[in-house]
Amino acid sequence: MAYSNAFAALADPTRRAVFERLRAGPVSVGEIAAGLPVSRPAVSQHLKSLREAGLVRHEVDGTRRLYQVDPRGLGELRSWLDRFWSDSLAAFKAEVERPRPQAAPSRSSSRRKASR
Amino acid sequence: MNTTVPTAAYVEPVTRSVSVAATPARAFEVFTTAIGRWWLPTHSILASKSPQAAVTIEPRVGGRWYERGEDGSESDWGHVLAWEPPRRLVLAWQLDAQWEFDPALVTEVEVRFDAEPGGGTKVTLEHRCLERYGAGAETARSGLASEGGWSGLLERFRQRAG
Repeated sequence: MAYSNAFAALADPTRRAVFERLRAGPVSVGEIAAGLPVSRPAVSQHLKSLREAGLVRHEVDGTRRLYQVDPRGLGELRSWLDRFWSDSLAAFKAEVERPRPQAAPSRSSSRRKASR
Repeated sequence: MNTTVPTAAYVEPVTRSVSVAATPARAFEVFTTAIGRWWLPTHSILASKSPQAAVTIEPRVGGRWYERGEDGSESDWGHVLAWEPPRRLVLAWQLDAQWEFDPALVTEVEVRFDAEPGGGTKVTLEHRCLERYGAGAETARSGLASEGGWSGLLERFRQRAG
């Protein structure tokens, strides 16, 4: 699952409109198309792209397919940024709270070399 | 800024916070002026792969946010959107999906410094407007899909940091 594909899929305004329709809950292709100036086949095509991008999933309800947002779709990007900023803020906190040397010159105060 | 395509908040912002034992003024100063002392060296995108020598946020609206390698080469990360010491800072994070600076892409990183009872400061960071990646993603798509998407990008990030 690639976040980049998710963003690429959402770059299309019609596809975003389709995606928007799913946010309220599971809906069928017909219900999506009813609210948009797009044909059902076109909606199906957009849903396929969204599904391939990991943004949308569907369930079968009798003879109908109900589409809904797949919450994992954009999760990868967010979880990465989440980690990125968690690590960064932890390093920031350590620096803020590091005892400051009295005016004496210190070679070690220049730059912390983080090593894993 | 004009955009032909309205952007809605399709992607929840990333929000993190941390409490630090320092005043808002001190926290703001360390976050900005002293960013080079805490920015993780692995978080570097220098094309030259030179070791990171400095990270700088120029202290004014419109100021650059960039890193410099020991070899003198520089990579831009973005610029300052709001400079309101000691309470608030908004940075434009302008790295595209390929970890390259894209002046047309602006995602926002807002950092707030709120005084807490007892003298500490709660630092809250919100990285938002992530849906704006969509606009440039079409061009990035072909290159990304074959490299394992985000994981591939991370690897690339690490390699560059190497």
